[in-house]
Amino acid sequence: MSDKPIKLKSGSKSAFKDMVMKLLPDGGNLNDCLTCGACASGCPATNMDDMDPRKFLRMAALGMDEEIKESRWPWFCTMCTRCMYVCPMKINIPQLVFNARRLRPRDEMPKGILGSCDMALSKPTNSAMGCSQEDFEFVVEDLLEEIKEEYPIWEERNLQAPIDKEGAEFFINQNSREPMIEPEEMGPLWKILNLAGVDWTYGSVGWAAENYCLFMADDKGWKELTERSAQKCDELGCKTFLNTE
Amino acid sequence: MYNLYAKWIREGKLKPDPSWNDELKIKFTLQDPCQIVRKTFGDAAADDMRFVVTSCVGKDNFVDMTPNKSNNFCCGGGGGFLQSGYKEQRLEYGKIKDKQIKGTQAPYCITGCHNCHAQIHELGEHYGGGYHAVHAWTILALALGVLGSTERIHLGDDLQEVNLPTSSEE
Repeated sequence: MSDKPIKLKSGSKSAFKDMVMKLLPDGGNLNDCLTCGACASGCPATNMDDMDPRKFLRMAALGMDEEIKESRWPWFCTMCTRCMYVCPMKINIPQLVFNARRLRPRDEMPKGILGSCDMALSKPTNSAMGCSQEDFEFVVEDLLEEIKEEYPIWEERNLQAPIDKEGAEFFINQNSREPMIEPEEMGPLWKILNLAGVDWTYGSVGWAAENYCLFMADDKGWKELTERSAQKCDELGCKTFLNTE
Repeated sequence: MYNLYAKWIREGKLKPDPSWNDELKIKFTLQDPCQIVRKTFGDAAADDMRFVVTSCVGKDNFVDMTPNKSNNFCCGGGGGFLQSGYKEQRLEYGKIKDKQIKGTQAPYCITGCHNCHAQIHELGEHYGGGYHAVHAWTILALALGVLGSTERIHLGDDLQEVNLPTSSEE
């Protein structure tokens, strides 16, 4: 609890809240808060930097836009939506948080997220870890050979990890962590797909599953990454985009 | 992915056999990834995941967290937290999840999301719980008898030699 009441500037307008309400269906119900606190009581980020979902919404309602802009709390909230799930008025606090992230200038975004976003944008593979298509193909082929050598049954069963197989039913993505750090972790999924008789493929473009631009509310960025993958999937004529993230 | 694993098991395309765990009785719990369960498919996905896991480890060896399914707590791995640079807050956030997992007393937590996997792995080390975060494909491959010796990096010592497929050396 604070020691002194916060003095609001006279005529405070909640420009931020109003802006977000325009973006959301039914205004995200952002005006409907009863301050019941069900959100705060079930939020793991409650009390961090002396903030919680109820307070955050109150601040937006009271037009404390500057304080919201400077708060770190939008980065402690994971937008897990548990608050909205338990809210009797179904208030979209997570979208309020998401849009609060957007308030930071691009170069003031958390470095790790910004770096990963930019890296992914710079690579046709979408890899936030900078994995090139060449490296990906090498790792995949190498692992495939290793598995077949150690367990010849997979040679018999024709274990595959196709890239750009036209007309495959499933277009599958892969978190960069696997090919770059723990390639052996890709094997089990390939085997499962083989045993289930699944027709699938990776793409030579946009195979990386992670999307850090989304975390910094970089609409242009996350859309571009998603479109790359979706377009490749369409190009190959795959029926289903399967997200393994 | 889980609705597909569940579908393929129900259709008989995949035949996981949980008998490897009949004597060992190793306990497994399950994380409900916010994005997949609460935010997208709801309890249907949560139920599918449980069906897949119990098909792999045996019904009696599965211990659910409290609360669970759509009502479960976020572990703190999502939303960019892992890369945000706010490590202290991220681990603080994860205290609730750590307590939940410890409450199940299961040495293994199946994490069907890369963010959950990384976060829960770190929580297990940081707060001394010692539990392992395991990808769903690992446990499914194990129960299918195809999990190779080099594909067990996230499993503990107790599972390194269990249900190994016959290798070319043997």
